[in-house]
Amino acid sequence: MIRTRSSSVRARAGHPPGEPRRVAFLYLLPAFAVYAVFLLYPIGRAVHLSLFDWDGLSLGTWAGLDNYVAIVEDEGLRAAFGHALVLVLFYAVGPLVIGLTLAAILNHAKVRGLGFFRTVVFLPQVVAMVVVAVAWRRVYAPDGTLNGLLGALGLDSLTRGWLGDHTFALPAVGVVGTWFETGLVTVLLLAGMSRIPPELYEAARLDGAGALREFLAVTLPSVRGEIAVALTLTVIAALRTFDLVYVTTRGGPGNSTSVPSYEVYHRAFGLGQVGSAAAIGVTLTVVIFAISFVINRVADREVS
Amino acid sequence: MISRGERLANYLILTAFAAFALFPIVTILSAALGPNDSPGFAGSGPLDNFAAAWEIGRFGSYLRASLAVSSFVVVVSVVLSILSGYAFGTMRFPGQAALFYLFLLGIMMPSEAIAVPLYFDLRSLGLTDTFWSIALPQVAMSVAFGTFWMRAYFRTSSRAIVEAARIDGASTWRILWQVLVPPARPAIVTLTVLVFMWTWNEFLIPLIMVTSESLRTAPLGLAFFQGQYTAGFTLLAAGSVIVATPVVIFYLFLQRHFIRGLLQGAVRE
Repeated sequence: MIRTRSSSVRARAGHPPGEPRRVAFLYLLPAFAVYAVFLLYPIGRAVHLSLFDWDGLSLGTWAGLDNYVAIVEDEGLRAAFGHALVLVLFYAVGPLVIGLTLAAILNHAKVRGLGFFRTVVFLPQVVAMVVVAVAWRRVYAPDGTLNGLLGALGLDSLTRGWLGDHTFALPAVGVVGTWFETGLVTVLLLAGMSRIPPELYEAARLDGAGALREFLAVTLPSVRGEIAVALTLTVIAALRTFDLVYVTTRGGPGNSTSVPSYEVYHRAFGLGQVGSAAAIGVTLTVVIFAISFVINRVADREVS
Repeated sequence: MISRGERLANYLILTAFAAFALFPIVTILSAALGPNDSPGFAGSGPLDNFAAAWEIGRFGSYLRASLAVSSFVVVVSVVLSILSGYAFGTMRFPGQAALFYLFLLGIMMPSEAIAVPLYFDLRSLGLTDTFWSIALPQVAMSVAFGTFWMRAYFRTSSRAIVEAARIDGASTWRILWQVLVPPARPAIVTLTVLVFMWTWNEFLIPLIMVTSESLRTAPLGLAFFQGQYTAGFTLLAAGSVIVATPVVIFYLFLQRHFIRGLLQGAVRE
């Protein structure tokens, strides 16, 4: 997104902006009205609610910043944000490493069937997350596909109920994220690499660069923008994980897969702690804005 | 230039990765098309599984609700986005930059943060558990992205044609619908399929807002079905296929729009 934005800023400098027109406000009004009522006002209300102790029914009591302090001090909430960070590894870092490798290979080798491959690896992106979760529940079930596969390989000692295991439930959820995001990242990087002028590779080869040097010196710097977009998309997706956790584990076993988004829902509608839920939601929003700002700042600075 | 061994290795890597991407999907499909594992089930053909899921899981009702919500959200948010994108993309007015950044905020705003206050405010107005409580918040979220998307398109459209139309005395309204919108079809199709996909697949908003069964959307219905129906996996798999199919069909036909849209600035999902 940021890439598009900065390029349009550039376009603006070259392009004379339109004539001054007050009628613009009329065109904006319908969109802005819905947006203000159903998005801007609620986020303001979220900040307001987060300053109260409220069960959703009786009168709330003023809590000041207590709900925010709890995010740092409450062990369960700290754990939820910690789990989100673990998910970032699975949603963002894993797909980026796999995606860079795959895209570099594909960009080099003129393989046939690239279009088909793209269709297949991108497919997870369009399937409803609830359906994805149902499918992976089946894969991870005690009598499911994964254990069947392990059994067939003679690795019966490794079989377990993956989503019911305190150690393995969070990585199991994370792997679903890796599965979900890798296709997106690969296709994004492929598009970027296909725009690298071949002369750059020829120059590198004349300088005697090997495949690895070539990747580090030519490919990687050229797709910096794509990497920033990929990280922004995947990190946000990791931090916002909700449907997947709701359907696969409901935060369990214990709280080993609880994540901020699930805590928002659980506290507001399960525990009657609306103020705390709102504070988590606001914090999550701030964290998301901050992270995407930092990612794009770093990418911009390294380009210039 | 490329050795045969290297080529073979490339195809192996590609195939392995495509298999990984398809593996859960194949798991679901084969379960849905395979023999029914629930006790006392009489049907035999694969379509019987879908018929049974349709009947027992009430997916007919869920699809109807999803279709109504998606159509409304798509039509309204695309039209509103065209109007606001037009203003941002081709006109100049005071507060333009600030207003645009305000819209950008909405692209990254997690729905988790707004859903909770929205639920309690709508409840005090008696508006929860209505069609509007699912549809309008999603219009707001889609309009944020749609404005951004259509603005980017209208900025690149030719100023010369707009100027010519203006000199001919065309109103801003006519310039938009008769001059700018017809060539904008690809951008509008992309926006349409993205908003359709987001709305069809949305889970949190209907989960929070709706209690009556007639308003349950397809993903929500599937989640409920999964919680209640424990007699085997076949019908659950069939239900999953029913829920996923509409978007997947769109994807197979309009693949380029999906990929372009999701790569060029969808920070929403």
